[in-house]
Amino acid sequence: MNVIAPAARPDATVRPAPPAPYGMLAELTHRCPLQCPYCSNPVELDRRNVELDTETWLRVFSEAAKLGVLQVHLSGGEPTARRDLEQMIRHCVEVGLYTNLITAGVGVTPERLQSISDAGIDHVQLSFQGATPEITDKVSNYRGAHERKLAVAREVRRLGLPLTVNSVVHRANIHQIPDFIELALQLDAKRIEIAHSQYYGWALRNRGALMPTRDQVFWALDVVEEARVRLKGRLTIDAVVPDYYAKYPKPCMNGWGRQSLNVTPSGKVLPCHAAETIPSLDFWNVREHSLSDVWLNSPAFNAFRGTDWMPDLCRSCERKELDWGGCRCQAMAIAGDAAATDPACHKSPLHAHLLALAEADATGGEDYDYRRYTTPDRTT
Amino acid sequence: MTAILAATGIPRLARGVRLRHDEARGQWVLLAPERVLNPDPVAVEILRKVDGARSIDLIVDELASTFSVERERVAGDVDAFIAGLVEKGMIEVAVPTIGDAAS
Ligand code: SF4
Ligand code: SF4
Repeated sequence: MNVIAPAARPDATVRPAPPAPYGMLAELTHRCPLQCPYCSNPVELDRRNVELDTETWLRVFSEAAKLGVLQVHLSGGEPTARRDLEQMIRHCVEVGLYTNLITAGVGVTPERLQSISDAGIDHVQLSFQGATPEITDKVSNYRGAHERKLAVAREVRRLGLPLTVNSVVHRANIHQIPDFIELALQLDAKRIEIAHSQYYGWALRNRGALMPTRDQVFWALDVVEEARVRLKGRLTIDAVVPDYYAKYPKPCMNGWGRQSLNVTPSGKVLPCHAAETIPSLDFWNVREHSLSDVWLNSPAFNAFRGTDWMPDLCRSCERKELDWGGCRCQAMAIAGDAAATDPACHKSPLHAHLLALAEADATGGEDYDYRRYTTPDRTT
Repeated sequence: MTAILAATGIPRLARGVRLRHDEARGQWVLLAPERVLNPDPVAVEILRKVDGARSIDLIVDELASTFSVERERVAGDVDAFIAGLVEKGMIEVAVPTIGDAAS
């Protein structure tokens, strides 16, 4: 039934304007001294010569604030590789954005931290690839990384900044979850993120070396639950669940183009950091479009917004506005179709296939294909 | 009722916590690490006075007179609200000692 006269709807594709985004991930650079095999950056990393300049970033932050973004996550790569980081932080503070630094901590001196703090950073998230030097150094492929991270953590707290410990877990370090939690407490962090590796970009390449076993995953869930209860009020534990062994998929990004956006070092605007793995999508760039134009009008953002794009399986499901059909990039990677139901969902015809993949991978070797630039640098 | 916090204490938002008006959505928000909270109107009135200068006493005085409510009731609400955020690490309360009036 259609009670609205056609005249009132000049264009059948007109949709209500999407609500404003809350968060923006600003990937300032892909440069990074570490080489984590689970890195979510794309396999084709942006080089320094294609990075946005300072002025463009400042404009993007202003546009973000205007659009309704409240929190900006300054990430990478290693964001401190940008010498203009402090300038960006000051600008964000000026336009009212809450700033969150996501750093690996290697190469960050106490002087640099002081100046980042003076610029007005609100929160620091520091990654640990392991809870011990041995594992951190092996996973990041950097000798001495762990010690440097510890020093940075202490300095962050000495400056009075709130600290979150970020840990990405996979087969080589999942047994250390209790130690990661202990480490966070020791470092006086108020929050820890325990994120199971998500298989895009470099992590997809390394899936065979990263995938934990089913038993490990269920053990980890129990450990986290127990710690959550025990440490309530002392440490906030935010976990990103592994979904290969799950019944339902994760509510990826809380819905495509619903709450957040991501700007790459070269200025492409993505609905999630892995979206470039979907070849049919064309991403607008902040060099040519304002952020609000991208948010409202770009075909890539509208491609999987809401529930209209869904296959019948999801559209008729009572969970469609809970998990939004899961992850588009995972559907792309496993089903070869970004508009398919996420194979992590037990209702997907490919669910058994996904499980078999995971179980096979979990018995794989430990040889990492470390994250690095894959083509020779012609800029230096 | 007994207060949890000293009335002379001076509360301020902890580093990494910010209160601001969100123009795009027409509401006040309290921003913290990876959290966006929507304080209710009463909470907003209290939070706007948490500036690292006013004491809890003064905040209570001002709110009681602005809203012409019984001082004792306001005191209980303010104390419970601030104590809750202290527990979450979002507010810190400095208790001035005698002779330290300047700061
Ligand atoms: S995941 Fe590792 S390699 Fe990737 S940006 Fe972070 S620290 Fe660098
Ligand atoms: S069928 Fe679709 S909407 Fe329903 S639970 Fe599975 S992925 Fe979610």
